[in-house]
Amino acid sequence: MNTGTKDHAQLSDAFNADEARVNWHDETLWFVRAKRDKAAHNIPEWEALRENASQIKDNVLSNLHDYLVAFEANAQANGIKVHWAANGAEHNQIVYSILQEQGVDRIVKSKSMLTEECHLNEYLEEKGIDVVDTDLGERIVQLAKEPPSHIVLPCIHKKKEEIGELFHEHLGTPEGMSDPVFLTAAARVHLREKFITRKAAITGVNFAVAETGEFVVCTNEGNADMGAHLADVHIACMGIEKIVPERSQLSVFLRLLARSATGQPITTYSSHFKKPRPGQAMHIILVDNGRTTQLGRPDFRNSLKCIRCGACMNTCPVYRRSGGHSYHTAIAGPIGSILAPNLDMKQYADLPFASTLCGSCTNVCPVKINIHEQLYKWRQVIVKEGYADPKKTVAMKAMDFTLSNPSVYKTAGKAGRFVLKHLPFVVSNKLNLWYKQRDMPQPPTQSFGEWYQQNELKNIKKHNNDQ
Amino acid sequence: MRYTNLLYLPPLNNDYMTVGLFIPCYIDQFYPNAAIATLNLLKKLGVDVVYPTRQTCCGQPMANSGFEHLTQGCNDLFIDNFSQFDYIVSPSGSCVLHIKDHLHAENNEEKATEVRKKVYELTEFLTDVLKVEQLTASFPHKVGVHQSCHGQRGLMLAQMTELVAAPYSKPMHLLNMVAGLEIVTLNRPDECCGFGGTFCVAEEAVSVKMGKDRVSDHLHNGAEFITAADMSCLMHMEGILRRQKSNVKVMHIAEILNAQEFN
Repeated sequence: MNTGTKDHAQLSDAFNADEARVNWHDETLWFVRAKRDKAAHNIPEWEALRENASQIKDNVLSNLHDYLVAFEANAQANGIKVHWAANGAEHNQIVYSILQEQGVDRIVKSKSMLTEECHLNEYLEEKGIDVVDTDLGERIVQLAKEPPSHIVLPCIHKKKEEIGELFHEHLGTPEGMSDPVFLTAAARVHLREKFITRKAAITGVNFAVAETGEFVVCTNEGNADMGAHLADVHIACMGIEKIVPERSQLSVFLRLLARSATGQPITTYSSHFKKPRPGQAMHIILVDNGRTTQLGRPDFRNSLKCIRCGACMNTCPVYRRSGGHSYHTAIAGPIGSILAPNLDMKQYADLPFASTLCGSCTNVCPVKINIHEQLYKWRQVIVKEGYADPKKTVAMKAMDFTLSNPSVYKTAGKAGRFVLKHLPFVVSNKLNLWYKQRDMPQPPTQSFGEWYQQNELKNIKKHNNDQ
Repeated sequence: MRYTNLLYLPPLNNDYMTVGLFIPCYIDQFYPNAAIATLNLLKKLGVDVVYPTRQTCCGQPMANSGFEHLTQGCNDLFIDNFSQFDYIVSPSGSCVLHIKDHLHAENNEEKATEVRKKVYELTEFLTDVLKVEQLTASFPHKVGVHQSCHGQRGLMLAQMTELVAAPYSKPMHLLNMVAGLEIVTLNRPDECCGFGGTFCVAEEAVSVKMGKDRVSDHLHNGAEFITAADMSCLMHMEGILRRQKSNVKVMHIAEILNAQEFN
């Protein structure tokens, strides 16, 4: 989506113009958070499971090279063709060259946030390839020509009536029909034809196992399986951090993933792909695209533990009230706000500030990424690298001067309270963003410091003199 | 300097303890009653309290805006003001968390580490250090408790709904000692109010919406007062309540724990 030069605050402001819709968005996602809580609380060892997952990922990040090379060797031995891509452009070129080789110009694709990150759809469309997203939510946003607003629930920002309109326009459903069962059936008929006729299928990868060379794709709709099983060519795209050392460790992640994402015990389909069936070609593309840079940033490397469950978005009180598109990046919400600055610090300088640092994201994260601490740290980096608003820098320097000098602070405080009391129009106006929808604090006649001087210190002196 | 008020409760074993009272800048300037209540409450519990008059601010507004590198002046001043005390107590979870996480000294890091270790939020100090089991306060009202995020998730003043762990709450434990007080049950017991420091103006739309939603949870569940261990959240919610012309008031937890209001 082209959001121009608008930042998170401006896009959120626009989203909040329709308060009823914000309420609906907030409640829908809070419902998912509540389901997650229920599922987590049904597992007494939940916190130990999170710790275990976090430690497995620590091991992965510390030995990434070895695990990737082992995975490559085992996958090749299984008959999978392995490709390496340093960035999004290389990834897209590899996909295109495979399709060209096979003479394919129409493909199906199941959900893959990596391909969103690399803008694969736009790239392939420019090359004349017809791409159909087969995840229902993704298909909906694709028809609407919008990016997903959530990594697990791509069209969570759309109401069923709006989806009915889209389907009426694109799939020929009756006008005004918004019954979810009817619309889903219509989508199923529409997608079935695509599954049967497309010769190549792209899927994402949730986990890749170094010791076996297999990879796991989790979906609720079975669309990845439909695509991959019917196509002559299966291309799986994965970020290099998706590796796990051993197959047995999948049990930890599969128990955490769906519970964290939607409150389900497990995704409906957790499909293991190990080797191509006879006559099929299977490719896997291992993509860096900034991940090794992030791995080299000590404060931010463990953001690479992310298993893309979306729990941090569902719990984030800001995300629920600003919408996924306000983050103007493929991966929205708290995790997106610590991943995006690594890709482009200037373009995403606003995102680490789009948070109150409440810490709820860190608490729900199934792999224990300290998301809110990393948001704080990114703020420091962004200011130091010179991407802060110059006006803010001036204000902060003035604040530093005032607060470092007790007498300046006292005078400023007194002046501030005087203004609030006697000249309230100076601050109670449209220029003051606090005042726009909130009243100003009522200024007391005395600060605590002044009160203390007048009451306590005198008493103490008297008390000491009496003794 | 000894000044001990032993009127209400027998002295605890606090004879050799001197507490430095850290009053955050916005409480000093806008909410002196919360500070006075904190001072009086501590004195009532037999604690020797001193308020260093040259204190200003912990530096959090700058640090959270990405300007931690400008906070050395605040840090140095804080260390000068408070390093001589046995404990440092403050009626603000957020400011205490900032000191605990980010206070550093230019030359004497050992001194900074010591300060970071001995700074306590008020309800935490009452519960963990003084081990208060009874209070003489009375406040016959329905009270909604706002769990401020930095106190709750940062200082772990209360269990967090995201975690699968046994519930507890230091602020509620204390509020339950107040005669006549009824704590209302909220639909979302620990959602952020949206204040967030400079976030409250930088992200005005979302900040206000979060505040309105938090306030409405308290109102729908019948709160007459909203309290918290952090005045900043309350300042934000008060701004919204007053704009809505609501009769519901905000009150810092120290004022309730110190209240002598009878029916």
